[in-house]
Order: sequence, then structure tokens, then C-alpha cells
Amino acid sequence: MSISIRHVTKRFAQFTALDDVSVDIPTGSLTALLGPSGSGKSTLLRVIAGLDTADAGTVSIEGNDATHLPPQRREVGFVFQHYAPFKHMTVYDNIAFGLTVRKAGKAETKSKVNELLELVHLEKFQTRYPDQLSGGQRQRMALARALAVEPRVLLLDEPFGALDAQVRKELRTWLRRLHDDMNVTTVIVTHDQEEAMEVADEIVVLYDGRVQQVGHPNDVYEHPANDWVMSFLGPVTHFGSLLVRPHDLDLAHEISDGALPATVVRVTRLGFQTVVDLDVQGAPIYAQLAREATDRLTLEPGALVYVSHARGEVLPAAPAIPVPAADSLL
Amino acid sequence: MPSWWAARSGKNSRGGTSLGLGLVTLYLSFLVLIPLGAVVWKSQSNGWSAFWHQVTTPEAWDALKLTLTISVGVALFNLVMGTIIAWVLVRDDFPGKGAVELFIDLPFALPTIVAGVVLLSLYGPRSPAHVDIAFTRTAITVALLFVTLPFVVRTVQPVLIELDRDMEAAAASLGASPFLIARRIILPNLVPAMLTGTGLAFARAIGEFGSVSLLSGNLPFRTEVSAVNIYNQIQSDNPVGAAAQSTILLVIAFIVLFALDRLKRWGVHRG
Amino acid sequence: MRGNRRPVARYGLRFVALGYLLVLLAAPVAMVFYRAFQHGLGPIWSALTTSEARSAIEVTLIVAISAVVLNTLFGVGTALLLVRRRFPGRHLLDVLVDLPQAVSPIVVGLALILVYGKFGFFGSWIERNGIKIIFSLPGMVLATAFVSLPLVVRSVAPVLAEIGDEQEQAARTLGASSWQTFRRITLPSIRDALAYGVVLSLARSLGEYGAVTVVSGHVIGKTLTLTLFIDERLENFDQPAAYSAAVLLAIIAMGSLLISRRFRTRSRSVA
Repeated sequence: MSISIRHVTKRFAQFTALDDVSVDIPTGSLTALLGPSGSGKSTLLRVIAGLDTADAGTVSIEGNDATHLPPQRREVGFVFQHYAPFKHMTVYDNIAFGLTVRKAGKAETKSKVNELLELVHLEKFQTRYPDQLSGGQRQRMALARALAVEPRVLLLDEPFGALDAQVRKELRTWLRRLHDDMNVTTVIVTHDQEEAMEVADEIVVLYDGRVQQVGHPNDVYEHPANDWVMSFLGPVTHFGSLLVRPHDLDLAHEISDGALPATVVRVTRLGFQTVVDLDVQGAPIYAQLAREATDRLTLEPGALVYVSHARGEVLPAAPAIPVPAADSLL
Repeated sequence: MPSWWAARSGKNSRGGTSLGLGLVTLYLSFLVLIPLGAVVWKSQSNGWSAFWHQVTTPEAWDALKLTLTISVGVALFNLVMGTIIAWVLVRDDFPGKGAVELFIDLPFALPTIVAGVVLLSLYGPRSPAHVDIAFTRTAITVALLFVTLPFVVRTVQPVLIELDRDMEAAAASLGASPFLIARRIILPNLVPAMLTGTGLAFARAIGEFGSVSLLSGNLPFRTEVSAVNIYNQIQSDNPVGAAAQSTILLVIAFIVLFALDRLKRWGVHRG
Repeated sequence: MRGNRRPVARYGLRFVALGYLLVLLAAPVAMVFYRAFQHGLGPIWSALTTSEARSAIEVTLIVAISAVVLNTLFGVGTALLLVRRRFPGRHLLDVLVDLPQAVSPIVVGLALILVYGKFGFFGSWIERNGIKIIFSLPGMVLATAFVSLPLVVRSVAPVLAEIGDEQEQAARTLGASSWQTFRRITLPSIRDALAYGVVLSLARSLGEYGAVTVVSGHVIGKTLTLTLFIDERLENFDQPAAYSAAVLLAIIAMGSLLISRRFRTRSRSVA
């Protein structure tokens, strides 16, 4: 195990950020700490790095107890959400910083930094200052800087959060490929479930300071440990106490066991998928179906259909009619 | 309302600008520019050799040397002390910090003669601590330290507050000790503000009158600063001499301000 | 980094900073208060209610308030020009506004005498029209206005810049004239910053010494401000009166710090 966290608790005044958290991060894996804001994921990352100290519990890195070590001695690389560039230094000096701290020789530093500049495609920018770079370039620089000292563990705190969607997608793919090449244990904090599913070998889902589930992305999606995890990882509709994904709903003209009557409100065809907006006894829901499935039915606004669970489970009750918020226009 | 007050196209907006600009320029000219120009003009009204003669009389020259030397020393001392104080105010916490934070500005708000009285009461002839620095050069130093206290603190403090703490965390994760972080990460980002504050402190110090004159006794060739000498020249009806020394002080102060302006522009690029 | 892992360094810096502030600032100020209140409020009250003291207070208020009014008008106008308008020489105006800070108060006095004195540039014109500027209140107002010139501009301008002119533009599109826009949109939005600037300006004006001492003429009962009163009393070895006035001015200075701090935080939260 690369990182072992045991019974870590961390409080900030009245607020408990981490509540008896225990997690193992396998060596060489890319693990995502996934959760909404306030779930404790960033705090956990900072505790691993030594940037925050836990009130209780232990942190081990590659078998050594690191709980009381300062960040300088943990050999972790950390990449911040807002990059934390050394504004007064050039890109080259930023990346070289960790090596100059270790008093590496000039030639050795130069070759290592050049290697990293090539890796992150910033060779032409080495004499520039961070404020002359775009967000994505700054993040790549931050990554190179963290990798320069060959850390045992690489920690990324919402590294792509401050970038726009296109750049985010590109860097996500690039990070995955980088990890496959370098094989350094990586932990990435994110609130974006799509990002976690796409990039990670393993997801640790956190909520309210506690670990909700640990597993492979597919596992967590298909077999969520509880309702909360299920609704966090993807869209759900509540049928009474049963949570169902829109693509797990079937539509038919004939009634069947456990089905509910519904009126079609709108049909939207999106390529190979069709989204059907339905009204189930006053509650608006939507179902996601394959094109062929909807082609077999006549779906006009106002038509009556029966909604059932694709895997045969009984829909216990109609969804609750949503109460409009006090300031809503609807 | 006259029609030309009404907001219409840019035409009227420009009219408003011109009017405002005219009034502002008039005020500035009659209050600041013309009087200062008169000083420079008067200083050379008997010719440039008379100018230099006035500036280099033994008493005036001595006063100038004394003023500049002590002011530089005070400014540099403030550079260090002001930064330390700013650091403690931003990064440290202790009971009474709020009061300290507030009263750091007291030297700005206090009349200079009252500053003199304040220092005299504790460090003058009737000092209960038996520390009497009146009529000494030390008195000049202490008075100048007092009136320039807030300068470096107030220019460094906001920069320190705005400093990205993540930079320090990043440096720590890369292996830098707290001392190295202070030296290579924090300090370089503070340098422009530190220099600005130091320059302002220096400019203030060379022109200080009230507190210094009260404390130092203004002994010629011993504790007389330029501002006091200029005052004496005015009193002895030597306007040319007064103007000449004043011009020297003005030129020095303007050079400092100019350098600071340059510095600010250079600092902007570095983020 | 959260917290300083080296308590020695932290306590060391704290000790140095607080020790310095104690010796230079807190102790002397405490001493002056002690000396002044040593025998109770009685002596202070009688010292400050003599006719000379009362006229000094009166003169101080007249001069200070006049200077503040002038600089407030100038300050708001200049701030609007600098922030909301573009014109050739804008950067120059920006630099000129800060000029008074670099000028020694004695030089200010000299400069005004050279222009508005009997033998100054406008001297003969002034004489012919029977006006007296130098050695009279108007000259003192000018001197005081000079030294406190930048204060209102520098408190209002940043807030104007931060707020932006969108609200003003919206008002214009709804039909408001320039004056209406200013009075009903701009002015309320800078109210706290303006109050802050005015308080600073007033405090500075009440406490001016060096410039006023040159242009005043020192006529007891007529052209003595409180600061000059202190000077005059010290010269006549009347320490109690001097200390009383000094303490009064010190209290005003501290009060102005407290009041202006309140306006400053309010103006920041609005912007």
C-alpha cells in the first residue's frame, strides 16, 4: 500500500471536516477522492501532504509513519487548484525550485528541467513568468514543478477546477496518459463525477467527512453503497424509496406489473438516445432510452404510456410532486 | 439647470471634463505649482553661483549632510523594522493586536510639534527614566524614527495580506525549510513594497521640522537639520538662501518619488 | 503554512516588534498623558480656557475647516477626473496630486510667501487690493490646504475605480443629467470613502505646524493655531499649558484614527 490512512479525524472549530476516515491507496494507482464541497476531500489530501495536521489518526506513506512529519520530509508532490506559481520566478526557475532546494548541480538541474519542460510542452516558455501563461499552461508548469523532485506520491487538489471545459477535458486525458507512463501513485481530488469516472482506477467517495464507498468507477456507479452515492454519481429519479436511473426506465403502451401510468410531455431525439419528458401523476421526470426502443412506440405529447423498471423491479410509488421554491418563477 | 449640464452625447461629456480639468488645474497651479516654481525661481534669482554659495555655506552644508545621513539611516532602519512589524501584524496573533494595528498610524495623525512634546516628556530633561537625549543627534534620529514609523509597515502590510499562502505550501512540499521559504518566496514578493515605504520614509524624513526642532535644540553644526536652517534663513530675511536649500531638498525628494514610480511599474510585471 | 512551527522565531519577532513600539510610541505617549493629567482635569481645563487658548482653538477650527472644504471639493473633482475620464496629462495629474507629500512643511511656507507675500509675485496686486494673505488667516488656510491636498483624492479614487461606472451609465440611459447622476448615484456610493478622506484631512489640518509657523506671523489671539500655541507656551516656559494643548491634540488625533477606521472598513465592504 502506498498510502495508509487510519482513523483520521480533523476539526476546524465547530466543523468536523474528517470523521474517523480510513483509506488505503494502492501503489501506482490513480485514485480520485470524490465528493461535494465540504465533504472533506481537500482536507484529507492536505493531511496526507502534511499541510494540515490531523487531530487523531495516522498517515503512513510507503510503510513509514508520516503522521508527524512536516511536508518538507514527506516526499509528496502537491498541485494546487490555483496553481500557486512562484510569481516572481520564471517557468524554468519554478520547475527547478525543488532541485535547487536540494542543492542539485547546475548541469543535473538543467537536464532534468529540460526533460520536464518537454514532457509538459512548455519548452518555448521557460523564460516567461507565470502571469504571461494561460491557466492550462500554468497548471502544466505546476505539475512539472511537483514532478521535478521525483515524489513518491503525487497529490492534485482540484487541479482543473479553475479552467474552462475544453482545457479541462484535454488536461484530464493528458494526466491519465502521463500517469500510465510514469506510474507514480497519484491522488486527485475532484467534485466532478465525470472527471473521476474517466480518469481514476479507483474512486473514494466522501460525504460529510466520512468515506461512503471505495471502488472501481463502474462498481461505484452500478452498485452504489447507498442512495446518496447513487444520486451523487449520476441522475436519479425517486420513486418512493427506490432510486432509479433515467436509462433504467422502460416505456410501453401496455400495463405490466409494477409499472406506473404516465403522460408524455416532450420527446427529444439526441443521436442514438432519446430523452422522453413524462408527467407521472403530476411529477415531472424523464426517461433515457435507445433510439430503437422509442421507434417502436408512438410517443406524441399527451400520449399515455406505462413506465417500468428495466430490470423488473416494482416501482413502489409515483415520484413526489416537487414543491416550488419560494422565490421560483415556476 | 443650464442645458450644458444635461447628459447627451460625448460632446457634453467632454465639456464637463474640460471644465473640471480647468478648475482643478487652476487650483493646483495657484496652490502648489506656482508657489513651488517661485521657490526654484527665487533660488537662482541672483544667479547660479549665488545659488551654490548659499547651499554650501558651512552651516547650510553641514545641516544638509546631517539631514541626509540621518535620514538614510532612519529609512534603512525602518526598512527592517517596518517589515518585521508588518509581519507580526499579519501573521501573528496576540491580545491587544487590534489596538496596535490602530495606533501604528498615530505618527501620521499626530501634529509634529506634539510628537516632539511626546518624545521630550519621556526622553528629555525631566525624564523619569533619566534618559535625556535633548540637544543631541540621537534626538534627531529618535524624532525621525517616530514620524516615519508607519510608512514601511503600511506599504508592506497589504502585500503580505494578499500573498498567496499556497505558494508557501508549495515550497514546503518541495522541501524548502521555513527560513528558505521566507527568503526565496515571501521576501522577493515584498521587496517592491518595502522599497516604496523606505523611499516615502526618506522623503518625509529629510523635510521634517516640528518634532526635530523641539527635540534637537537646533544647535548649528551639531544638531541643526536643513529644514531648521531654511527656517532660520527665512527669519533672517535671506529668501534666496532659503529658496536655494529648499530647491535642493525638493530635487532630492522628487528624484526619490520618480524612482518609486519607476519601481512600481517594474513591479507590476512581476505579478 | 498553518502556524509557525518555530515558536522561538515567532516569539522573537513579536518581542522585537512590540518592544520597539513600546519604547518609541506607547511609552512616550503614555508619559505625556500622565504629565498632563498628573494634577487632575482642573489645571488642563483652566489652561485651555484662557482667552489665548480659546482663540487658538477658534483659529485652528476656522483654518482647518476652510482647508478641508477646499480640498474636499478639489478631491472629489480630481478623483472623478482621474478615474472616470481620459485626457492628455492624466498620469501627470496623478503624480502632481502626490507632490505635497514630498515637500517639507517649511518649504511650503516659503513657497507661499514668495508668491502671496508683500514682496512676492502677486504681492503688489494683493497690496493694492487691501487683501492680506501672508501673516493672516487666508495664508494659513492655503498652507494647510497644501499639506493635506492628496488625502481626499486618495481615499475616494480607489473606491470610485472599484465600483465602476455601470450604475452611472444606467442612470444616464434612464435620462438623468450629469448633476443628477452625481448627486443621486455617485455621491452616495462614495459616501464612506469620502467621510474617511474628510476625517483624515481634518486631522491633518488641525495638526499642521511647520507650514503654518512660517506664514502665520504669530500674533497671539489672532493668528495662532493650537500647534503654534503650544510652541508659544513652551517658549514662555509655560509647560502645563503646552502639555494641555498637546494632550488635546493627541486625543483628537486618536479619535480621528478610531473614527476614520470605521469609515474605512465600511467603504471597503461596500465596494
